[in-house]
Amino acid sequence: MEYKTVIGLEIHVELMTKTKIFCDCTNEFGGEANTHCCPICLGMPGAIPHLSKESLEYAIKAGLSLHSSINQKTKMDRKNYFYSDLVKGYQVSQDELPICEGGYVSIETQEGKKDVHLIRIHIEEDTGKSVHTETGDTLLDYNRAGVPLIEIVSEPEMNSGEEAKLFLEGLRATLKYIEVSDCKMEEGSLRCDVNINIVDEKTGKRTTITEVKNLNSFSSAVKAIEYEEKRHIELLEKGEDTQKETRRWDEVENKTIIMRQKGGTEDYRFAVDGDILPIEVSDEWIEAIKSSMPELPHDKRDRFIKEYKLSPYDAEVLTSSKEVSIFFEETLQYIDDIKLVSNWIMGDVLRRLNEEDASVADLKFTSKDLADLLNIVKSGKINNNTGKKVLRDMFETGKKPETIVKEKGLIQISDEGELENIVEEILDKNEQSIIDFKNGKDRAVGFLVGQIMKATRGKANPQIVNKILVEKLNKR
Amino acid sequence: MDISDLKAWEMREKLLKGEISSFETIKSHIKNIEEKEKVINAFITFDKEKSLEAAQEIDRKLKNKEKLGILAGLPISVKDNIITKDFRTTCGSKMLENFIPPYDASVIEKIKDKDGIIIGKTNMDEFSMGETTKSSYFGATKNPLDITKNPGGSSGGSAASVASREASLSVGSDTGNSIRKPAAYCQVVGIKPTYGLVSRYGLITISNSLDTIGVFGRDVRDASLMLSAISGRDPLDITTKDTSLNVDLEGEIKGLKIGIPKEWMSLEMDTSVREDFQKSIEEFKSLGALVEEVSIPNIVHSEIIYKIIVCSDISSNMARFDGVRYGFRAKEYETLDELYKLSRTEGFGEEVKRRILFGTYLLSGHRGDEYYKKAQRVRTLIIDDFDNAFSKFDLLITPTDLNKPANLKEDTKQYNDYNASINLAGLPSISLPMGGKNSQTSLQIIGDRFKDEMIIKAALAFEGAVK
Repeated sequence: MEYKTVIGLEIHVELMTKTKIFCDCTNEFGGEANTHCCPICLGMPGAIPHLSKESLEYAIKAGLSLHSSINQKTKMDRKNYFYSDLVKGYQVSQDELPICEGGYVSIETQEGKKDVHLIRIHIEEDTGKSVHTETGDTLLDYNRAGVPLIEIVSEPEMNSGEEAKLFLEGLRATLKYIEVSDCKMEEGSLRCDVNINIVDEKTGKRTTITEVKNLNSFSSAVKAIEYEEKRHIELLEKGEDTQKETRRWDEVENKTIIMRQKGGTEDYRFAVDGDILPIEVSDEWIEAIKSSMPELPHDKRDRFIKEYKLSPYDAEVLTSSKEVSIFFEETLQYIDDIKLVSNWIMGDVLRRLNEEDASVADLKFTSKDLADLLNIVKSGKINNNTGKKVLRDMFETGKKPETIVKEKGLIQISDEGELENIVEEILDKNEQSIIDFKNGKDRAVGFLVGQIMKATRGKANPQIVNKILVEKLNKR
Repeated sequence: MDISDLKAWEMREKLLKGEISSFETIKSHIKNIEEKEKVINAFITFDKEKSLEAAQEIDRKLKNKEKLGILAGLPISVKDNIITKDFRTTCGSKMLENFIPPYDASVIEKIKDKDGIIIGKTNMDEFSMGETTKSSYFGATKNPLDITKNPGGSSGGSAASVASREASLSVGSDTGNSIRKPAAYCQVVGIKPTYGLVSRYGLITISNSLDTIGVFGRDVRDASLMLSAISGRDPLDITTKDTSLNVDLEGEIKGLKIGIPKEWMSLEMDTSVREDFQKSIEEFKSLGALVEEVSIPNIVHSEIIYKIIVCSDISSNMARFDGVRYGFRAKEYETLDELYKLSRTEGFGEEVKRRILFGTYLLSGHRGDEYYKKAQRVRTLIIDDFDNAFSKFDLLITPTDLNKPANLKEDTKQYNDYNASINLAGLPSISLPMGGKNSQTSLQIIGDRFKDEMIIKAALAFEGAVK
């Protein structure tokens, strides 16, 4: 390809700590405007922030889960600028010494596995929110002011919208997995800015980087990237260049629109925050955090491959969320058949959940119920198809599989004598099928099995039916 | 007997014995306020009714023999840069002319817990930026000892209120010299404690690592009574330490090693200041102290280092005063930018603006590395010098101020000192009169960090001897 797209992402993630970063106010989304506030998060004169250990711990967790190194000596800095949602005239952030440096997110691209590296992760406070009314007034809600954030900055190592999407999905899965954030874009707990430009690989010419903001979903990020790719290439082909500017994605118009030109570099006059003492992170603390963390998705995936002999794909699916992986392993405690359990969870269970946009937590039945059902199927008391019907019932009613089987009389008919009678009956009614069979039309067998199943309301043991049917046909 | 002539600890004794009431005590001070305020202008806001009501409540408790705090019934004034709930806090600025805070500073909570009565908020240089109290939006304060002189600053209102018997005790703040200079000019006792002895929560910040809340009293015992009531650990200020100050201290100086910083003594100073200081050295010797010269070489840089750090801090600390949520907002503006510009242009005085501009310049571009960080490194050298001195000496002494009180109108030549170095190193220091009745000079006793009791004991011994 002639043109190469270069994409770097900056992601802000709100940490779901109990309190805000510098005070004891609750860190809860929403609430009546300006009710989750105190003199500290409002930046009242004289109020002094105190850094919450929990916020720092969450940031360290995020760093560890993304393979970053932790800066054990760090500090908080002031980023000076004026805006009405910013209560102190500066944002407390980190400049030279971010809490985490380096790290990566692995993505599975069409060309194979690729590690997208991180430059840094730093911790900072969120700002308030401006609410613009229809009458043209701006109202300010400071409930969000002081909510702990991490900003994750990637290297410009993604080369397509698809890769950016995979990166975002991987990042979100990890952060949700370790429970540092709920990563809800619609509530703003995950926000993403895109930096993009194009390199003409023949000439080495590159366009000036554009920043795109206001991306409300991963798919709008992809659309914005694709729109910008096109715009950059068109300009490049005309022999022109892009401007150094910030654009926003317009969901309605399906295009990016210029927000502001970036003249030179903005001077935030970073300086250490004199209210917050230098931070030292001990080895012991990092170890304690590590040991408190759940097994990470990639570690778990590797373990599943090794321990359960699953294919990389199956392991990936079964570790895609923490809940699914736990459900899988719990089910295995009640039934000794890895293949059966993984097939059923990956198949019917996950498909149904996806259809309903639900999660494992929404299931009306437990892992033991699923195992019980599979044990019934395995014992041959009901057949596979009946098992699926029972599972559908379990989804809807939450009833125990034994109860459903009993209530609906679904126990499989495996008694050969009984089945022989039924087979005879069906054959008597379908002379034409016998003729077809004799003429070598294999389809006839399938038709006859169907008729037998219909007659037994699906309860006939298919293997036995097949055996008897073939015997009888050959005899006639 | 005029109650307001008594020292605070004397009032306290008489109140507890039932010889006087808190109501009478407060009333005698309010009488002074009503008589003198028009001239002295020590207060920006005071509340006669509330103070008297509070006094009656204390009297009721006294009568019922209820348990009372150490400040019970005493009239206390507080510098107007310390946040008081539901009570106007202006910082001496138009910017906060009508600011009624929704919370109390930790020291205010402590004073209230200990049954002290806050009779009013005292005048100060705007946002503590000055040494004269003349830059207050609410007019200059006059020196009660001589109304043609300024009272020193920035806590000039606090020192003047104690000197004029408008309050018995006062709480002020010191970032570079703001308690010690007015204490010296008004001839009262002032203590700038160790950084971290008193919670700064609720002190309107100018420079986070230098600001210190401190106290004023008529004598050393008064000042230490006030200090002991407000010191100690506060979870809202993590720089505070869990150390309490003993209230009943006795003078003690014998056998202590006292250093005289030679760089300080080679500064130009008023002749009578030098003479009185020489006499003080002799006094310490006769009290059994060992007095020797000591070198603290890097204090010669303290003034410029102080300016760089303070102004850099000010530039961001003052940014919250933007006219959006509280404080002054310009009447006419078109855009958000204009709201900021006009509110800050109209709301701040000259000195505040000068320091914001200077600090903004210092942090712009790459200058942050060039000035701020370098200043922090030199600050470390100054701290090392003091640590070195305190490894050999128990105390250091200097004149508090190298001048006698300056004229209110014209600025006469002022001799500069190294008082800001004490803040740079976070040390405790006490200022007390040294030259007898009419001399208007004061002595500064400096201790090592958290040796506040030691400077008070030395001051008690010295004060007892020169009386």
